[in-house]
Amino acid sequence: MTIAGWFEGRSRTERLATLAALPLLLILAWTVIYPNLSVIAGSFGHWREFAESPSDVEALKNSIIIAVASVVASLAIGVPLAFLLTRFDFPGRTLLRAAALLPAALPPLVGVISFLFLYGDTGVITRVTQLVLGLKEVPWHLNGIGAIIFIHAYTMYVYVYLFVSAGLERYESSLDEAAVGLGAGTFRRLTRVTLPLLTPAIAGSALLVFMSALGSFSAPYVFGGGIRVLSTQILNSKLNDAMGLAYVETTVLAISAVAGLMLFRWLEGKRAYVAAGKGGASRQPVRSRSARICLACAAGMIVLVLVLPHLMIVLVSFAKDGAWTTQMLPPEYTTHNYAGLFTTNQLWTPIRNSIVMSVLATAADLVFCVAAAYLIVTRRFSGRKLLEILVALPWAIPGTAVALGLLATFNTNNLAAGKVLLVGTFWILPLAYFVRNIPLVSQAVEGSLRQMDPSLESAARGLGASWWMAVRRVVLPAARPGIVAGALLACVTAVGEFVASIVLYTHGNRPISIEILAQLRSYAFGTASAYSALLIGLVLIMALTARIAESRMK
Amino acid sequence: MSVDNDGLIVDSIARSFNGQRAVDQVSFEVRPGELVALVGASGSGKTTTLRIVAGYEQPDTGRVLFGGKDFTRLGPAKRGFGMVFQHYALFPHMSVLENVAFGLEARGVGRSDRRQRAGAALERVGLNGKGDRMIQQLSGGEQQRVALARAVVIEPRLLLLDEPLSNLDPTLRASTRDELRATLKATSAPALFVTHDQDDAFAIADRIVLLAQGRVLQTGSPEDLYDRPASRQVAKFIGHATLVHARRQGEFASVTIDGTTHRVALSSFANLSDGVIGAIVLRPEAVEIVTDAPGPELDGVWPAVVDARRFAGAGFVYRLRLDHETVIDVASRDRFEAGKTVGVRITRPVPMVP
Repeated sequence: MTIAGWFEGRSRTERLATLAALPLLLILAWTVIYPNLSVIAGSFGHWREFAESPSDVEALKNSIIIAVASVVASLAIGVPLAFLLTRFDFPGRTLLRAAALLPAALPPLVGVISFLFLYGDTGVITRVTQLVLGLKEVPWHLNGIGAIIFIHAYTMYVYVYLFVSAGLERYESSLDEAAVGLGAGTFRRLTRVTLPLLTPAIAGSALLVFMSALGSFSAPYVFGGGIRVLSTQILNSKLNDAMGLAYVETTVLAISAVAGLMLFRWLEGKRAYVAAGKGGASRQPVRSRSARICLACAAGMIVLVLVLPHLMIVLVSFAKDGAWTTQMLPPEYTTHNYAGLFTTNQLWTPIRNSIVMSVLATAADLVFCVAAAYLIVTRRFSGRKLLEILVALPWAIPGTAVALGLLATFNTNNLAAGKVLLVGTFWILPLAYFVRNIPLVSQAVEGSLRQMDPSLESAARGLGASWWMAVRRVVLPAARPGIVAGALLACVTAVGEFVASIVLYTHGNRPISIEILAQLRSYAFGTASAYSALLIGLVLIMALTARIAESRMK
Repeated sequence: MSVDNDGLIVDSIARSFNGQRAVDQVSFEVRPGELVALVGASGSGKTTTLRIVAGYEQPDTGRVLFGGKDFTRLGPAKRGFGMVFQHYALFPHMSVLENVAFGLEARGVGRSDRRQRAGAALERVGLNGKGDRMIQQLSGGEQQRVALARAVVIEPRLLLLDEPLSNLDPTLRASTRDELRATLKATSAPALFVTHDQDDAFAIADRIVLLAQGRVLQTGSPEDLYDRPASRQVAKFIGHATLVHARRQGEFASVTIDGTTHRVALSSFANLSDGVIGAIVLRPEAVEIVTDAPGPELDGVWPAVVDARRFAGAGFVYRLRLDHETVIDVASRDRFEAGKTVGVRITRPVPMVP
């Protein structure tokens, strides 16, 4: 069919939608598809090298083991915690519920550092345990696969907890009552009714954990202790200038991620229920006195474990650099670390960089994703499915792979090949942040728009409103919760971004995370922690802003 | 079709979705001041037809004319029609008054004028004093009236209503029908509304366009459709009817049930020629139970067995079996037990359809 013929057969609105989607598709083709194809193209001729390298084969195996084990550990913590907090009432419940989300406020690298301070060879908890048990040696070493899974479980169970809690909140309690009425015991009810109906939530969160763990970089990088995983291998190959091998490793990592994605989608599809329910299951107060005491103690312990990393970061951020050596806790305290961040040019630059770059990337994400979400949700046109898939695609590609793709594409000026030199300039990092956050922002905006009654826009148009007036007065207000949430999430992610940054940064645009690593390497724990505390503070402020904005809208 | 019509003319429109014909050569008109109902089961194409008239869909072929002008390719914003959506499509982030005033805002009406006219429109639908409420604070019936006020306040050339009563509970529905007809008649603009409920259509419409599978089955007043159906499909959809095979003989039909033949007076016979076989339409009010002398010999009486009885307040409704394929419902104040044999007689002229 000719282009003209195709146009003839479509309605006006459909033609307009396709025309509007075209620039969006082009941007995605240029910043997502093309880089990935470049990586694949660059990998040709190096696959034998990969297959014959024992360290690479080991890295692939480790990556998958870590991803699977992280899923299991996160489910083991997140599912029971969600049940406990949504179904039962006990002393300390409110506190535990608030604390349960805390790990989400830790940017990946910051979480890793706090664990180092707490559970590393010279960490506080390690030393306390050694002292209490009277051991000659440290009781454990925080390295290897176990350490990586440990910190993954801590940071990633939050996904499971959030998804399953949301599922339980919506859960139609009459279903459980029906099961009991039909004579099912607690175990049967749980395994035959409740858990199967929660499968979408469990599978969705498990997928999220799998993808995050597979692409995880900070934990293996900082305390892998000789353990190789694909994401760190990629950086090593890049630093050794073995780009061909880096491309193969990137391709393998991306393929593993996409394979995992498809596996989970398939599992989920087999159990697609529409969990339609008004919810409203009431919480059972725990009545037995001993059980209440036990639960309260356990809740206290869990809260402590959850809060410790944050507290540790704040504590160390006041420690005088270089003074903390063999003592259990830092011996000298000062506010100099914070003052330094804002007064020393060298230390202030990364903060300014991170803020400027994340604001730029988020602004671009907003413009792009609101347009894309609007088209995807409210229009029917050829190319809609393609746009929907491409917008979600960067999510399935680990951060290291995204960075390598950009590195392979924007490394030279060659307009004929669609290449522009951005690597080595300031702009490469905002671009990377933009690409990585496209799925996040469009997902949030799409969610809001899907809740909008589709006839609202028609109604506004029918009442005589121009397209722009209908969008401004009806569509954008309906999308606002998603826009606010998406923008804040994107900002938070970009400001603490580490994985793509370490592949692409230059001295001029180095972000906070890179500077934290540099300070850590020179044993300036105080300064590194001050940066980290600043990041946590930013995250908390943004989360709070979102809360307030949300409640005001209601 | 008259071209001098100042109202709406829908001229042989057709629309397919993925190769499925949703609307197939549909034509009808809405004359000035008239209330027309598009009636049909779900999937009959009535909503698509309404959306084409409103301008939200474009027909593949055919035209939509209003006031003698071709509106077919005109966008909904430019038609100047008012529409009440099935789920009302009220803007949840605006107050009741802001919702009603939105169309005026789009027309560049000043703020104070806007508020005053929207307030007047709310008063007309009995919602004075509720302008500052949020939409979620209103009951379903109130939301329906806000949607109506919002459509009426822009002084539309034509009012379109998509299942305006389907979201109301049955008791509210009956009283809202009369209210709706009164409001629509008061606003001089003609109205076209979609419903699947024939009671709604009978109560509100001046004329009915009956649709099935994307085609117009019959157009006419409610009485036309009820008393003079053009086809079996119409007879079955409108009212409660049993169809019985018959042969037309002039003003009468010869009807044979279980071997007994009687002559039945006809009120209408569509386009059936004399001597052709069709079906008569038996409705409960045209049939009575005869008990004094039941028997096959009695003129015009067929024997029947009582299958079931249902109490209906004013009397009973009996389900009577005349033969293995003919079952009719008849109302009676007398009491018969199931299994009893009674006589059945047709008491007034009935329609006949092909």
